[in-house]
Amino acid sequence: MNIVNEIEQTMMRGDLPDFRPGDTVAVHYKIKEGERERVQVFEGVVIAKKGGGSRETFIVRKVSYGVGVERIFPLHSPLIDKIEVKRQGKVRRAKLYYLRGLSKKASRIKERSRLEQIASKANLPTETINTVPEKEPEIEPEVVEQATKPEVQEETTTSES
Amino acid sequence: MINGIIGKKIGMTEIFLEDGTVVVSTVIEAGPCFVIQKKTSQTDGYDSVQIGFGEVKPQRVTKPMLGHFKKAGVPPLKHLVEFDPNGEDYGLGDLIDANIFNEGDTVDVVGNSKGKGFSGAMKRHNFSGQPASHGGMAHRRPGGIGQASYPGKVWKGMKMAGQMGNERVTVQGLSVVRVDAEKNIVLVKGSVPGPNGGTVIIKRTTKGRVESAAA
Repeated sequence: MNIVNEIEQTMMRGDLPDFRPGDTVAVHYKIKEGERERVQVFEGVVIAKKGGGSRETFIVRKVSYGVGVERIFPLHSPLIDKIEVKRQGKVRRAKLYYLRGLSKKASRIKERSRLEQIASKANLPTETINTVPEKEPEIEPEVVEQATKPEVQEETTTSES
Repeated sequence: MINGIIGKKIGMTEIFLEDGTVVVSTVIEAGPCFVIQKKTSQTDGYDSVQIGFGEVKPQRVTKPMLGHFKKAGVPPLKHLVEFDPNGEDYGLGDLIDANIFNEGDTVDVVGNSKGKGFSGAMKRHNFSGQPASHGGMAHRRPGGIGQASYPGKVWKGMKMAGQMGNERVTVQGLSVVRVDAEKNIVLVKGSVPGPNGGTVIIKRTTKGRVESAAA
């Protein structure tokens, strides 16, 4: 299996941030339309990570106009321009498939505390430690409000329809 | 250029092409192979080169075979296969490696499939079986296997239960995704017969697909 690992190593990307199921991420994905290439952003909650090596994939779920949309991305795909971790969620499961059955209000995920975030980063390279705590406080309050308030409205409309 | 090479199936993985497409492919360690014997129309009635792959200890081969390897000046090898040299002149002991293939070539891969043992008609021949309930008692049986007093026998080759797998299988028309000549690695799109570690033969396809211009 070693040769397979070597081949996979050559294709793996080290430039992407570390994230877990429960985190909210924005995936900037390159899309080719004929000759032109543009970047599309898909933002949502990571509900699962699967596979190992260069074959690793993750599923991002968002609710768009009351309809749940899920996309599977190959983590090491060259088509991923970048991944932004918007929010780190506190969850107790590796696969969050239960979110599919929940209303938007019920599917909110608590944010991981600063302590938990730093602790989880402790065994990672120092670059990520430096960048994450700086970014987080700025984004936190905005995202929480934006994410929760409109969701409640949407949820009520969809459950009625 | 020689028509094929012997290799070892390493395993499967996914490869990203430059445009982001994922190609599921099999990793094959192809070579190094050595030319053991040359057959010519004058002496043998046809032209071919016999190449060997997979070094073994000298005590693992018979004395006559040791002499055969000695003639070519190579260490004893496990697998010997003849290929068409396609007019190219090879000398005894010449090295043949993954370089003979280019990315985009179409190849056939021969291997010994995984053995499934004595299997029933449903597993072996994709029969539908018979009712599981409603009084049906023939569950996985094949059903009728013939007609009446004419022909009064079961036709030869009737699909029935029996040994499945562990036989020579050829998969045709696979394309070469990547070639690493230094490490003798060939990546072929799709799956190939046999277990990881099994011996496979990669041949240029017999189906006349277009090969890459460099070939």
